Amino acid sequence: MKVFYQIGEYVMLIFQAFKRPDKGYVFRRQLFIDFKRLGTDSIGIVAIISLFIGGIIAIQMAYNIDSPFIPKSTIGFSTRQMLVLEISPTIISLILAGKVGSRIASEIGTMRITEQIDALRVMGINPANYLILPKITAAMIYNPVLIIFSIFLGVFGGWIAGSFTGLVPSADYLIGIREWFEPFTLTYAMIKTVVFAFIITSVSAYKGYTVKGGSVEVGQASTEAVVASSILIISFDLILTQMLLA
Amino acid sequence: MIEVKNISKYFEETRVLHDISTTFERGKTNLIIGQSGSGKTVLMKCCIGLYDVDAGEIDFDKRRFSNLSDRKKKQIRKEMGVLFQGGALFDSFTVEENVMFPLNMFTNMTMAEKKERVNFVLENVNLEGTNQKFPAELSGGMVKRVAIARAISLMPKYLFADEPNSGLDPKTAERIDILLSELTKKFNMTTVINTHDMNSVLQIGEKISFIHKGELWWEGSNLEIMKTDNPQLNEFVFATALTRRLKS
Repeated sequence: MKVFYQIGEYVMLIFQAFKRPDKGYVFRRQLFIDFKRLGTDSIGIVAIISLFIGGIIAIQMAYNIDSPFIPKSTIGFSTRQMLVLEISPTIISLILAGKVGSRIASEIGTMRITEQIDALRVMGINPANYLILPKITAAMIYNPVLIIFSIFLGVFGGWIAGSFTGLVPSADYLIGIREWFEPFTLTYAMIKTVVFAFIITSVSAYKGYTVKGGSVEVGQASTEAVVASSILIISFDLILTQMLLA
Repeated sequence: MIEVKNISKYFEETRVLHDISTTFERGKTNLIIGQSGSGKTVLMKCCIGLYDVDAGEIDFDKRRFSNLSDRKKKQIRKEMGVLFQGGALFDSFTVEENVMFPLNMFTNMTMAEKKERVNFVLENVNLEGTNQKFPAELSGGMVKRVAIARAISLMPKYLFADEPNSGLDPKTAERIDILLSELTKKFNMTTVINTHDMNSVLQIGEKISFIHKGELWWEGSNLEIMKTDNPQLNEFVFATALTRRLKS
């Protein structure tokens, strides 16, 4: 029963959040703050993880393809496909669920327990709209940029790793990453990214918004936000893959 | 004037407020007093619309406020300033941004006008020159004063303060009391203060409502409270050695 209660509470909160902002310029200012906090501040971790994962995929491919009948360009092709289809949209989103999700839940949770949300409400401001809508909007706009950046860096990481180890000739790798490119795979990756961005921000905001208690409960809400977002990301990954690629 | 008419409030099966009727008068500091757990914070939260009442009505200058939707409460809320117990300042905003926040949300003032208003209210709470400080850089008393400045920035008709001097040293607590009393007179506000501090009661209590176990037990002024023969109120008022000595 608690799950159904939470789902209902979540839907009502999101309904409250998606109302017209009281002041357009205040919303835009919050949006730009959240672009930085949720997007720009994540560039570092996305860059490092993408570079290394791209490199690891290329090396593992090279070690596992030992048949002389399979061209070396397959390594570049496979690296690109894995990054576009799964690694960048899903794995990076999972990492963002940890980084951004916990931040949102703890920020809003702290505002809840220190009566800042009550203060907004008694001022006649819709707190869900003021606090949550800019975060959801910022992540849904910025995360696709981060994921494209991640794909490029992952492919680049694969090229660097392959060239440095001598496992993949540079020319073969560069041919591979341009082979049989299907533009829809990129659309698929972007659709997943936008859905995952909504999940991360809305679920984390809900967990923070509904905190009751003190600092221990805020920490607990932060953990629950990451766990719930991660499970939902993986579940929706399966659903979207079946819907879009099958 | 705020009229509270026969309100009751329950949390599940627990009765927290029972049939409370009182009025909070304009231009006066109206105090709600009572022991911890007596229901005074719940009464205040009902008055500011954070809780819906289960029975009764609350009117602000003859305008119904209780149990309306948030959208319908909005007009009266714009006329209301609330000082929360911990200040409830926005951590990521400077003092100036905190005080300017209601002006940004509800007025079409120019930036110059908003800055002028911010400086005016900060001056009123004796915090000139702190505009660029963050809440984390302020003392407890300063946080309360910034919260008062934010609460009065829209020049409200109604000011609510939940335990404004809790956690403060006696001197700072007295300054906050005097400040609230002076602002009430200066801006002719209906001020409602929730407290269990006897110094506040004696210093600024022009109209006092004593809540005991969720019921209104006594009403009067700070002059009358010392002479009351109400046993529950006496137990509350003369709970400390200092007040007992005052009485004798």
